[in-house]
Amino acid sequence: MTDIDKSRLAGFYRQLQRQAQDGGYFLNPDSGFAMELAESLLINQNRYGYQACPCRLADGERELDQDIICPCDYRDEDLGEYGACYCALYVSKEVAERKKQAGSIPERRPPDPADRAKRKPVPSAPGTGLSGLAYPVWRCRVCGYLAARDTPPGVCPVCHAEKDRFELFMPGGNTR
Amino acid sequence: MADKKVFLYALSTCIWCRRTKELLTALGVDYDFVFVDTLQGAEKEKAVAEMARHNPSRSFPTVLINGTVIVGFQEARIRELLQK
Repeated sequence: MTDIDKSRLAGFYRQLQRQAQDGGYFLNPDSGFAMELAESLLINQNRYGYQACPCRLADGERELDQDIICPCDYRDEDLGEYGACYCALYVSKEVAERKKQAGSIPERRPPDPADRAKRKPVPSAPGTGLSGLAYPVWRCRVCGYLAARDTPPGVCPVCHAEKDRFELFMPGGNTR
Repeated sequence: MADKKVFLYALSTCIWCRRTKELLTALGVDYDFVFVDTLQGAEKEKAVAEMARHNPSRSFPTVLINGTVIVGFQEARIRELLQK
């Protein structure tokens, strides 16, 4: 269906697998499915010059598509809530172990570019110190890795400790 | 099933769009579709605006079955609407 070279695709797929594994992520256990998505990422690489999400309509301007360059800004939230990213290239451990199935999930990306900008971190105002952080910071108790995001990572990308080994290090954003 | 009017807004690279097409084909449904990512300029804008009227989140696939909008690959829902 495409002119993507088979050996380039195989190499790219291995690279995706390695990166996922190193970072504590999982690719879809259906390798045919994941391979189709890998191919689509290369099609978008050829088309736009960057790997825009295959399941979203890219604008074609890198700056406007920054949030949907794979892995997209929405991946971790979707993994936490649905066990899969929007395309289901990345899945949770349960899905990777075939205890759960990944499906088509609701779109989290705001359709209006102005609303997307609001999701970006706002630097703290001068004088407000750490209380103005846009995101809470989570600390891996095992290796000290820090992650500023709404929820702790599923697995520590440095030492591979699991989610429950993270503690809230600094509150921020909507930390409740 | 020939009396059902089915239209699909899709992307050529989207795996859930592909699954939707495969399902419609397997069900033997006559359907029309557009690959919005292969359009350019005004044509693309027009297709997106038209789709947004049915699905404000502008996500793919968006399937219209006799005016009912199905967002995402919802196999059970598609089967239900087409087998009524």
